[in-house]
Amino acid sequence: MAEKLSCAGPGPDVKGAKAPESAPMAEKREAAPRCVTVAMKAPDFTAPAYLKGEFTRVTLSDHLGRWVALCFYPGDFTFV
Amino acid sequence: MSAVADRYAEFQELGVDVISVSVDSQFVHKIWNDTELSKMVDGGVPFPMAADTGGAVGTLYGVYNPSLGVNVRGRFIIDPDGVIQAMEVLTPPVGRNVDETIRQIKAFQRVRETEGKEATPSGWQPGGKVLKPSADLVGNVWKEWNPKDAYGGKGTK
Repeated sequence: MAEKLSCAGPGPDVKGAKAPESAPMAEKREAAPRCVTVAMKAPDFTAPAYLKGEFTRVTLSDHLGRWVALCFYPGDFTFV
Repeated sequence: MSAVADRYAEFQELGVDVISVSVDSQFVHKIWNDTELSKMVDGGVPFPMAADTGGAVGTLYGVYNPSLGVNVRGRFIIDPDGVIQAMEVLTPPVGRNVDETIRQIKAFQRVRETEGKEATPSGWQPGGKVLKPSADLVGNVWKEWNPKDAYGGKGTK
């Protein structure tokens, strides 16, 4: 499922993402917080990715049914 | 990220998929993997390295810093229902502790397996004491658990 290479290829897509929803365990409140926090549905996204020699795309919701560790970091070639 | 990649087998044993995200393109991810990370981790990075050019994904998760132009360190543990169970956000100079990430995943899995009948107290390690929340436990936690029980019984001053 390698992606066709293009310098102007599609970037990350979060357009389909809805405002964070409360999970069933969280009490429903009228004014939902805008930022994500625990006990909320993780906002879905699709982004270009590199995986083991291939360019591909990764979609968070493809991992439903599995645990996910989603790790943001400041940048490649940084020191820590 | 090499520290996470190095422990990838443990994540897999726990049924955890790892996704890393930075504002670098997938092309830069490839070169970082090929020229540096693959020298630290056999076979290179085994999980998808997502390209969040522009920071749209980081913005969605509240970790994109527009003045730095990068995503700060943010780690989210997401359960099989797609619900965020844990998050940790650090400024760039301090790295994560993968041991703690794995400990938290094990704890959340224990809670999920017991459908919330068990809760893991501070410093819980697999095999450590769990608490069973009930009306009887209110005011009686001291009979069941002591701070010395934390960290596998190393919670002593």
